[in-house]
Amino acid sequence: MPITFKEVSYEYSANTPFAYLALDEINLKLADGKMTAIVGATGSGKSTLVQHLNALLIPTRGELEVADRKIVANQKNKGLKELRHQVGLVFQFPEYQLFEETIVKDVAFGPQNFGISENEATEIAKKAIRTVGLDDSYFEKSPLELSGGQKRRVAIAGILAMNPSVLVLDEPTAGLDPQGAKEMMALFRKLNTEDRKTVLIVTHDMEHVLNYCDDVVVVEKGHILMHVDKQTFFEDTSCLERAKINPPAVIRLRKLLQQQGFDIPNTILDLPTLAKLVRKEVAK
Amino acid sequence: MKAIEVKNVSFAYDREDVICDVSFSVEQGTYTTIIGHNGSGKSTVAKLIIGLLEARTGEILVEDYPLNLENLYTIRDKVGIVFQNPDNQFIGSTVRDDIAFGLENHCVDHDRMDPLIEEFSEKVGMQEYLNSEPTKLSGGQKQRVAIAGVLAMSPDILIFDESTSMLDPQGKAEINALIQQIHEEKNLTIVSITHDIEEVAASDHVIVLNKGKVALDGTPEEVLNKEKTLYELQLDIPFSLKWKHALEKEGITVKETLDVKGMVDELCRLRSKK
Repeated sequence: MPITFKEVSYEYSANTPFAYLALDEINLKLADGKMTAIVGATGSGKSTLVQHLNALLIPTRGELEVADRKIVANQKNKGLKELRHQVGLVFQFPEYQLFEETIVKDVAFGPQNFGISENEATEIAKKAIRTVGLDDSYFEKSPLELSGGQKRRVAIAGILAMNPSVLVLDEPTAGLDPQGAKEMMALFRKLNTEDRKTVLIVTHDMEHVLNYCDDVVVVEKGHILMHVDKQTFFEDTSCLERAKINPPAVIRLRKLLQQQGFDIPNTILDLPTLAKLVRKEVAK
Repeated sequence: MKAIEVKNVSFAYDREDVICDVSFSVEQGTYTTIIGHNGSGKSTVAKLIIGLLEARTGEILVEDYPLNLENLYTIRDKVGIVFQNPDNQFIGSTVRDDIAFGLENHCVDHDRMDPLIEEFSEKVGMQEYLNSEPTKLSGGQKQRVAIAGVLAMSPDILIFDESTSMLDPQGKAEINALIQQIHEEKNLTIVSITHDIEEVAASDHVIVLNKGKVALDGTPEEVLNKEKTLYELQLDIPFSLKWKHALEKEGITVKETLDVKGMVDELCRLRSKK
């Protein structure tokens, strides 16, 4: 089942003088099994949008469907616990939410909350911790003594331990070192391709969009400005210009080469092919 | 003169040394970057330099003053620091109060305070927000206020500990431009702890930390060309070098290493020779 938003609006502090319309009649359909990037300026409504996916926010108007559940504005919606099991949401800076004595306990908290026995939850937790790239020596450590990047991994393991079918990540790599960020993105891609999870990533990093995602949704001032596949998004820089996004380095290079008269089509999005085309013109 | 000298410094939070026998120096007026992956000891080094942490062994000098209890406050007058998280360093209830807080701590007269606040909020482009509450500001604006707060103390050295890593691309670009402007105008020594390899490429001096030790130390050209080591340390290389390698694979050699525009110009010359 695709994720569908139908005319969804969300207003913070509705019916007060501080009312603020963060989403304005949004329509959006996200196909199963895709890895989609949600991009847009700070304050555009990206986080508000994704917080609807596990019913942390309920639309003020309109309705959405996710993981076979319908969430409708102004209604008592049932089955939200099961929905939260199906849709794992990782907040910005999730490391602030770690609280248990040991990493295993912290990660096992989620599955236990959904009725899994302590022993089984511990096994699931250990597997999730290994999946995010931390070895067995971390199991009994306190989550509070880890570095920022390691804490982030533990927080993500906590969501993976619930084995959600939809994974929603709000800026999962902000503040990580480049290598750590790449490993995280590769992990999400693997969960997407091998475990067939639908993945949504809120990000500002266009290199990540280019290298790991299938589709791009651009949010602007509470509206969906565009929803296109990656190739279209980066091919012709008019999409990037409309979205007011600084293109990734490889696209800037392509443009620079084109301006200097090199014959390079807009479809090229990678360095090896750019180099091949340049060779055709400079080599004997 | 050397702005900062770190000599054989080791430090442990409990038993294990997280900084082991680290030595480096920062020349006055330079833009120095410190890189290394999460947990390599970068932030610990910054905290040692401003005396928030005390080294187990070794010596730190700031403008030739040895860091000890006697000189601690002299040194803190010379070194300002801006941290990573804009929310954790906003103390006042308005922008004006926040900048005033540091000045009060430095016993600046009330009469002198207002002009200083005006001057430095203008410097960082926040003069229109003096009466705004922090909740009304974006992350980038909060970091501007933090920068105004330390600038108002007229330090000689500014340390930025991943000050842009929590900001969106626009906020990042604005703060980086502001840091560059301060560096050039006031000839301040800048030490920037960063993950941004393009910022590193544009700096004067790079120190690479790994597991609490100095792994590489030199100019960006020297350090960034040691790709094998950078790869082993799980650090990124600048885009320009990736492009250089892609060209090399096709049998094209360019001289330029850090300037993409320069490389494209070279390619144009190669093409006209054809």
